[in-house]
Amino acid sequence: MKNMVYRELEGNSPGYYGLLGISAILVALGLFAAYNMEHHGHVITGMTNQIVWGMPHIFAIFLILAASGVLNVASIGSVFRKTFYSPLGRLSALLAITLLIGGLSILVLDLGHPDRLLVAMTTYNFKSIFAWNIYLYNGFLVIVAVYLWFMMERRMQRYYPVAGLVAFIWRLILTTGTGSIFGFLVAREAYNAAIMAPLFIALSLSLGLAAFILILLTDCTETHCPLGEGILHRPKSLLGVFVAAAFYFVLAYHFTNLYITERHGIEYFILVGGGIYTFLFWGGYLLIGTLLPLILIYHPQLNQSRKNITLAAVLVLIGGFSLLYVIIIGGQAYPLDIFPGMEVTASGFFDNSPVHSYVPSHWEIMLGIGGIAISVLLTTLALKILPFLPASLADADLDPQLLD
Amino acid sequence: MNEETTTPNRRDFLKNAAALAGITVAPGILLYSVSQAKPADQSVTSEQRWGMLIDVTQCTSGCDECVKACTVEHGLTEATRPEIAAHWIRKVGLRDKQTGQEYSLPVLCQHCEHPPCADVCPTGASFKRADGIVLVDKHICIGCRYCMMACPYKARSFIHETLENQKPYSPRGKGTVESCNFCVHRVDKGKNPACVEACQQAGHEAMIFGDLNDPYSKISEKLKIVKSTALRADMRLNPGVRYQGL
Repeated sequence: MKNMVYRELEGNSPGYYGLLGISAILVALGLFAAYNMEHHGHVITGMTNQIVWGMPHIFAIFLILAASGVLNVASIGSVFRKTFYSPLGRLSALLAITLLIGGLSILVLDLGHPDRLLVAMTTYNFKSIFAWNIYLYNGFLVIVAVYLWFMMERRMQRYYPVAGLVAFIWRLILTTGTGSIFGFLVAREAYNAAIMAPLFIALSLSLGLAAFILILLTDCTETHCPLGEGILHRPKSLLGVFVAAAFYFVLAYHFTNLYITERHGIEYFILVGGGIYTFLFWGGYLLIGTLLPLILIYHPQLNQSRKNITLAAVLVLIGGFSLLYVIIIGGQAYPLDIFPGMEVTASGFFDNSPVHSYVPSHWEIMLGIGGIAISVLLTTLALKILPFLPASLADADLDPQLLD
Repeated sequence: MNEETTTPNRRDFLKNAAALAGITVAPGILLYSVSQAKPADQSVTSEQRWGMLIDVTQCTSGCDECVKACTVEHGLTEATRPEIAAHWIRKVGLRDKQTGQEYSLPVLCQHCEHPPCADVCPTGASFKRADGIVLVDKHICIGCRYCMMACPYKARSFIHETLENQKPYSPRGKGTVESCNFCVHRVDKGKNPACVEACQQAGHEAMIFGDLNDPYSKISEKLKIVKSTALRADMRLNPGVRYQGL
């Protein structure tokens, strides 16, 4: 491979300032929503004592998964020595940091007491997977920052494969931690499954790569950076593999539950009788987020079009969001089985509801979009300040001998 | 200061002496000893484990005296929407799917020996006191609600809005999670929780509170002779609340 030339975004175009302006406004709206949720309390959200985690958590976990997944592009370059991907390593690591900050911002701002962040950072219960995650997230930010520094600093470049390996292992542990937030919930039938960790890892790979492809296409369109078909073709095929891997784990999860008699109730709820959750599972995740992207990616005629690749990436993101909605909200909407073998005929606390209802309020959605906007804003600013983007990604600029 | 610390001791001495005298003069009448509350200047120990036995056969479906007493005791006010209202104790009606038999019972924090809420709490705000009472430290609760996701009994409530007219002995706060604390302020003074007292006053005697570690406490004596169950016993959390006749 030739010595790659990296450059900053010029950042003078109306498009650039437009993106900055829009994301700044959305960040402000997100902060305004958080302020209101803090001031009035969560009464202004759709969350209740039945559905305790709502829309903000879906946005947050979506971004956190995408953050760990997007780093995979850098890992393929440095850990798996596919030099073809190396020029994209800087952008990949940058996005890993900005997406994670966006996701964590939502999580923190949704807390009942965001003002006690310092307490969360200083008072730990090490039996809590949440406490581990605080370490994992902070560690991820530091490790990826060092990785990025080693990539960008010529004197440190000989250490960068080691940093890449550490970052790769760390991201696997991190997503295991995110999945285990649900996997370790022994009381709820929809969760309490070790497969949640690998499922979340597979989902993070597909979400991260889809986000990466979209951002790469947007950047190169905006900057008129030459982008070869080869550099798009490979991640596209890999996206197909990741989408199929996530589907495999979803399949294994549901087959296991269908085998376990006591979990037939929750399976029937998600797959057949759950209304919005059933619709989002079959329509949102399976059709839009899995089957259609796989057709667009693997159909020999359809996969030649750049538009179709863009569409496939967008659909994968929609599918992942739908699946997270089904997992996070659907898992809570199905009532706890506190009295096995009994039918609850009356309750002062909704134990007798067949389903707990949830309608997200606009504040929650504003906060979630605000988190995405934080990621976009940070990325847009960083691209102008430091050289993250390769000057050219034309196939001719990558040594064909080393294409593998 | 000395005056303050000696007074309860003298009181305790007199109380113990009276109890001893009672046992001496009336053997056979007083079959169980009264579990002693700890003096205020001593920390709680694991010598005691507070628990509750609920006799479902004595609990009537129309009665919610325990719930009312809890509401008054802890100042649980009405919420803007029922879905966000705080419930420390609730009445539940059940029907056995196989036999059709009906039950009515109160459900509250089960004060598990191995509480999942305390396991998952990132800051340790959810914790189990040495004497088995599961509590939330409102000062370090960050309001993440992970404990609510983890509780198998749906015993916890998140405070969604500003509260007013709180009871000084039962602090609560917007943005934190709370649940039944066995009326720890009363227990520490040697009294029964408000729900138990209300149940007794209503003449049902469906709830017994006491020290599970004391083999002669009323609750231990009764647990020896009646069959009792724990909710979700399959999870092996060893709750401090047991149900008789369920």
